[in-house]
Amino acid sequence: MSAGTGGTGRHVVGRHVVVVGAGPAGLAAADAALAAGARVTLVDSAEQPGGQYHRMLPDAYEAANPDVLQHGYNAFEQRSMRVIGHRRSTWLADTSVWAIERDDPSRAPLVHVLTGGLPRERRTLRPDALVLAPGAHDRVLPFPGWELPGVFTAGAAQALAKGERVAVGDRVVVAGTGPFLLPVAVSLLEAGSRVVEVLEAARAASATRGWLRKPWELAAQAGKTGELASYTAALARERVPYLPGRAVIEARGDGRVEEVVSARVRGDWSVVPGTERVTAADAVCVGHGFTPRLELAVASGCELRGSAPAEVFVEVDGEQRTSAPGVYAAGEVTGIAGAPAARAEGAVAGWFAAGGDPSARTLAPLRRARDQGRAFAERLAHAHPVGREWPGWLRGDTIVCRCEETDYAAVCAAAGDPVSSEARVARLGTRAGLGPCQGRMCGVTVAELRARLGAPDPDPAAPHRRPVAEPIRLAELAAPPAEREG
Amino acid sequence: MDRTRVVILGAGIVGSACARELALAGCDVLVIDRGGPAAATTSHGEGNILLSDKGPGPELELAKLSRRLWPEVLTDLGGLAVQAEWQPKGGIVVATTRAGADGLRPFAASQRASGVVAEAMDADALRAAEPHVTREHTAAVHYPQDAQVQPAGAAAALLSGALAAGASLRSGREVLGGVVRGGRLTGVRTSHGTLEGDVFLNAAGPWSGELAARLGAPVDIRPRRGEVLVTTPLPPTVFHKVYDADYVGAVGSGAGDLQTSAVVEATLAGSVLLGSSRRRVGFDARTRPEVLSAIAAKALRLFPSLARVPVMRAYGGFRPYVPDHLPVIGPDPRLAGLWHASGHEGAGIGLSVGTARLVRALLDGREPEIDAGPFRVDRPAVLGEDVPAGSTAGEETT
Ligand SMILES: Cc1cc2nc3c(=O)[nH]c(=O)nc-3n(C[C@H](O)[C@H](O)[C@H](O)COP(=O)(O)OP(=O)(O)OC[C@H]3O[C@@H](n4cnc5c(N)ncnc54)[C@H](O)[C@@H]3O)c2cc1C
Ligand SMILES: Cc1cc2nc3c(=O)[nH]c(=O)nc-3n(C[C@H](O)[C@H](O)[C@H](O)COP(=O)(O)OP(=O)(O)OC[C@H]3O[C@@H](n4cnc5c(N)ncnc54)[C@H](O)[C@@H]3O)c2cc1C
Repeated sequence: MSAGTGGTGRHVVGRHVVVVGAGPAGLAAADAALAAGARVTLVDSAEQPGGQYHRMLPDAYEAANPDVLQHGYNAFEQRSMRVIGHRRSTWLADTSVWAIERDDPSRAPLVHVLTGGLPRERRTLRPDALVLAPGAHDRVLPFPGWELPGVFTAGAAQALAKGERVAVGDRVVVAGTGPFLLPVAVSLLEAGSRVVEVLEAARAASATRGWLRKPWELAAQAGKTGELASYTAALARERVPYLPGRAVIEARGDGRVEEVVSARVRGDWSVVPGTERVTAADAVCVGHGFTPRLELAVASGCELRGSAPAEVFVEVDGEQRTSAPGVYAAGEVTGIAGAPAARAEGAVAGWFAAGGDPSARTLAPLRRARDQGRAFAERLAHAHPVGREWPGWLRGDTIVCRCEETDYAAVCAAAGDPVSSEARVARLGTRAGLGPCQGRMCGVTVAELRARLGAPDPDPAAPHRRPVAEPIRLAELAAPPAEREG
Repeated sequence: MDRTRVVILGAGIVGSACARELALAGCDVLVIDRGGPAAATTSHGEGNILLSDKGPGPELELAKLSRRLWPEVLTDLGGLAVQAEWQPKGGIVVATTRAGADGLRPFAASQRASGVVAEAMDADALRAAEPHVTREHTAAVHYPQDAQVQPAGAAAALLSGALAAGASLRSGREVLGGVVRGGRLTGVRTSHGTLEGDVFLNAAGPWSGELAARLGAPVDIRPRRGEVLVTTPLPPTVFHKVYDADYVGAVGSGAGDLQTSAVVEATLAGSVLLGSSRRRVGFDARTRPEVLSAIAAKALRLFPSLARVPVMRAYGGFRPYVPDHLPVIGPDPRLAGLWHASGHEGAGIGLSVGTARLVRALLDGREPEIDAGPFRVDRPAVLGEDVPAGSTAGEETT
């Protein structure tokens, strides 16, 4: 998929493109930017390129799809090698962007990174164009008891199962919404857990309308058919029930999860009374979609699209250009559409960031793939919407911010008091979002709850404003940066 | 006072404190703000209530009055006061250089002469009070009267007190201009219609200059950027408010470039706040990593053992300042009906309650508890005339 192997971008040799994130989007961006003749610096806080996708896939995928996987993996491997080994590229592993500095608003901002082992070294990158591809993290809605040990985000459970072969429990319930629950359940099985059931809050009808009945039709071009089939097969083999229209609405236990309460939910996720059921479990893994990592885009001054707090993404044009001069965005920060779409977006972004020829023939298929990916994202969102009535699960004493243990009653009280209803004042008063995760977990949820309570924040970027994008030790911050490069 | 209708323009901590005093005095008080209460400067700074950083002079007198009032006001607010997170924990100023020590000792002596409790500490006393502070110190002074609040919570408490005393609040109303009849300001035009009143109090913080200009009586109040770092929560490490003595020498500097002085304090939640910078950059809120770096370096000089502690957040705001570094409190002699309560720079949280008391007395026609003359509106610095060199007051730490 390398755009412009014809070398049409040769006239812009020397243009410095910094790519943040080496997931499917970022890697493709780096590849395309190199093909277009740029000098590339690729940055990722992880040790290896690949992002979520290549870190997270269950083994069953490989077993069931040796060819597909072989093909996909080879393509990934080749691309990684090509990018990392390229003489015009610099690969900065273990390197986190901690701040973006708009020193000159007419051009791409400075990128401040921390690199290497502890204490990390500060460095400043000066790009001619910046591609932001930092991906998303998984979203979890609060419910009574979700702060108990034994409740995991689906992503965290997946990372433990995949990365460290640690099973999060013996009897595990997987719940939430979205196709992402399937690979998580499969990875748990592989790590030796018994998966009691998989609960998909979307009802069969809505999911079918979206994609479950004919996933291949919708997803064929997005390259997902084989994957989903393999997950479903793996679950069927282990006789794991997959129940649409059910949600976990409470976790209980003395000091850790011992049982979960689930209930049938309507299309809007309101609970159908009388359908509650208690299931013994020592772990529950929940995922309700993804929240894009927007702090770097917000710090870069990029405009966002979408108004409902959970539906806010970076606004990009047909060339993946954001509203901020010299800044491009690709992958899950622009919409949740899976790895193939992220790759296509990345390639388009990298090509244009490098100043590649807009009439290059290789662009057409990329754009097509990108547009299919976007259409898929739309369908995915339709098939797995977060129901409006989920706050019906909450009680006054349900924790909303796990870091600061702020409960729902406190969020309601602040939103309802005209003296403290403004978002920032409410945050300082309730402390929701002020803890170590800086609202990455609860920020969008609190914004959504406050909007429901009649205190919407007019600024969609507010839950994502983090001028310090990664924690930085005082000694690291106090030391001057190494010589600026590029 | 017989139902004077007072419209307070700005619901930061200064407007909120004034609203409470004037409502208690029996005025018919309306507070308006273009945003939400306490959402501007008041929630973008720290909440130090300090005597330690003020040399003898009018600002120290206002600070002493305010420090005396704070506990009274909070007691009076009853249950509403909880959100202010009042902590009378005291401050310690630590000098780390010879020059710092040479400046600090006479400064503390002059404060003592003005009635501030300022106790010299020897190395053992300092170590006992702050086990993690640097060993490389040259002098230390304990100021037991220094205290701390959560500023947005304190403002909310004051405003709630005002509402309880009969004031009303309208958020989301921007003042666009004035209505002047017979040389008197009788109304303000807002984004939501005109509001009539007897007295209009400009409490618009760093926007007070712009607001006053819209009303036809400009005052020279400008923004001065400041940033603060917040660490992840720690077990108790910093017990007082601890500052370096650098500011003692930095008298009335007019320089636009970066200045930092370390203020290190723990919050109730366990995070440590590290302040702060001072820059004259207009209303430019862009993050400057090298400014954050300078703050970190200064803080580490005081607490080297924090080296591995992660900073998880940075924020900043715009201190409202007048070129002579004194607030502006009182009626505007150029336009009847217009009053000002603004320009408190890095001390507006602490000084809010004293300011409100002065406004109440002046409006009542009574002699205020302290001389309000130095804060009057018709001084050269406020009216935008050149300030003669050497006439500037000292700067605060925060
Ligand atoms: C368990 C799981 C299973 C999935 N299964 C499928 C599937 O079967 N099919 C499918 O199509 N999709 C699947 N997905 C989704 C797929 O992983 C994503 O669509 C894809 O990875 C998005 O690519 P991206 O490049 O936008 O982001 P990511 O892959 O998330 O990459 C972003 C990278 O940016 C880095 N980064 C972020 N912030 C910073 C920073 N400040 N400094 C430095 N680096 C930073 C991160 O370390 C990360 O490596 C799955 C996801 C998960 C979690
Ligand atoms: C980094 C930093 C640290 C600080 N630390 C301390 C400290 O430790 N101790 C201390 O005492 N002080 C400190 N300060 C200073 C303190 O925050 C300010 O002095 C104080 O908040 C000023 O309050 P205010 O009410 O005057 O202004 P603001 O809080 O800014 O309130 C003014 C209000 O007026 C409104 N407004 C403006 N224009 C209009 C208009 N046209 N129409 C309607 N409404 C309008 C605004 O929306 C705003 O709500 C610090 C400041 C900073 C930036």
